[in-house]
Amino acid sequence: MLATKPDVTELKAKALDIRRDIITMLAKSQSGHSGGPLSVADFGTALFFHEMELDPKNPKWDGRDFWHFSIGHVTPVIYSLMAERGYFPLKHLMGFRSFEGILQGHPCRKEVPGIEVSSGSLGQGLSVAVGFALGARLDKSSQRAYCVMGDGEQQEGQVWEAAMSAGHFELDNLCAMIDVNRMQIDGPTEKIMRVEPLADKYRAFHWHVIDCDGHDMQAILKAFAEARATKGKPSMILFRTTMGEGVSYMEDDYKWHGMPPKMDQAEVALKELGTSYAEWSARLLAN
Amino acid sequence: MPIELQNKKLEMRKTREGFGHALVELGEKNPNVVVLVGDLVESTMTNFFAEKFPDRFFECGIAEQNMTNIAAGLSVRGKIPFLSTYGAFASCRAADQIRVTLAYSNLNVKIGGAHGGISVGPDGATHQAMEEIAIIRSIPNMTMIVPCDYWETKKATLAAAAMFGPVYIRFGRENVPVVTDEKTPFVLGKGYEMRAGSDVAILACGVMVAEALSAAEMLEGKGIHARVINLHTIKPLDEEIILKAARECGAIVTAEEHQVNGGLGGAVSEVLVRHHPVPVEMVAVMDRFGRSGKPEELMAAFGIKDVNVVAAAEKALKRKQARS
Repeated sequence: MLATKPDVTELKAKALDIRRDIITMLAKSQSGHSGGPLSVADFGTALFFHEMELDPKNPKWDGRDFWHFSIGHVTPVIYSLMAERGYFPLKHLMGFRSFEGILQGHPCRKEVPGIEVSSGSLGQGLSVAVGFALGARLDKSSQRAYCVMGDGEQQEGQVWEAAMSAGHFELDNLCAMIDVNRMQIDGPTEKIMRVEPLADKYRAFHWHVIDCDGHDMQAILKAFAEARATKGKPSMILFRTTMGEGVSYMEDDYKWHGMPPKMDQAEVALKELGTSYAEWSARLLAN
Repeated sequence: MPIELQNKKLEMRKTREGFGHALVELGEKNPNVVVLVGDLVESTMTNFFAEKFPDRFFECGIAEQNMTNIAAGLSVRGKIPFLSTYGAFASCRAADQIRVTLAYSNLNVKIGGAHGGISVGPDGATHQAMEEIAIIRSIPNMTMIVPCDYWETKKATLAAAAMFGPVYIRFGRENVPVVTDEKTPFVLGKGYEMRAGSDVAILACGVMVAEALSAAEMLEGKGIHARVINLHTIKPLDEEIILKAARECGAIVTAEEHQVNGGLGGAVSEVLVRHHPVPVEMVAVMDRFGRSGKPEELMAAFGIKDVNVVAAAEKALKRKQARS
């Protein structure tokens, strides 16, 4: 529930902050995933700061939209979006993946207010969003359900069980997204296990499919609006992205799927993002 | 598996019928109760609920992993979902969904695992779920109940709805002896004594409670006074009643329609070994897959009848006497 919705320029600036958070927390933790969080950063920002109805101070607010990252491993972007949106203080980002911190390597409902369902085992999230959407429809609520998946994740069989059921139940209050960054841990998705053509597959499962440049903020907002306006079927937005987007040496290199930057590499990345580790970690710790 | 107690044939009724009837009762009381099924409406007896509350009933097709997580999503929206399918699929096919989504998140989802045990009969090994206790009780936050008859299944289902958190209820396919009645108290997490005795204690769950009661009568004929305890809740386990039995009887027999690995026998032994070791004999399926056959002949062939409980009790007694 933002009083006024940010415009494209403001959203771009927020996405830059999110990228700075991601690199800083990974540099501190020296553990975690870099590539996916950076490819999600732009549409994730649009989702959290423009699209969804949320009340971060009251995460269980009855009228909230439901969001769920089926790709639990992109916690750096999830936690950054949550903290920047006001779910918890930014300083927690500096305890990412530590024993003392609240931010587990993969999302944990018990420890973080606002995480509604734990995730980390791929392929499970879309089904959860289907369940929430069914419940909201049963209650005649205007709440919507959002689920973020990965393209490699499409290799999991349960995804297609869920896709089939969402189409069958005609859940137009469900908007799913795939971060199509074309990379997974072992290499390019095309080589490991081909998932394309995703648009054809989802259309065949009775979805409305929207193809979108996942780094074009204007296009992202338009895609969400189109999904919202679609009636009678669930919407799938295929966000075409670049793994590691925003950090030149990470872009399009699958080796950065599950690896954090070393401190000297992080400094290079943060310089490209217009800050430094000292400056940005101080900002996080102060808030 | 008809049983005679005190020369009287017991009434026979399906446990899953108790599940089906409880769901209707819950549906009437609470508009948030919803039911999901994986293409097994009549087998799981969720048809009673489906007919009465079609809006709150979700047919999910043959996709148990999806169904389990749809239930998770419904629970986040404030519903109390009961999902049902055969135990083999509920516990094994969807084990990862139960572990990561339901249990780790501690969501308020209830699982009705039908067709547990060798007594499923002619369908054979694939459909005779005998690993659920081992799987479910190893997962934190899970509650697990193995009720013994129609009435207890009904009460277990109502109790599952009354508590918050993920619950697995295991029931069978066949008509089984009714050994409790509408008024028998049922407290989740608390076993209870169904027959007094202090020579040996038989701890049983599910259909084996009736077999244990029958075995205790046979033992009485041999001058052995066996205590029979109904341990319907596998998790949280009633350690107190187990330790009391161990102290007062000095010999334990466990009886379950489940693999010997990691089942009720294992759970009871974990308590005894740590706190009060006494001889334990286990009546269970001995690490084998089932096969087709009539329920009664399979229970005999796999060694989980009253006579097997009697033999186990005598063995446990001998071991106890050898120690003193």
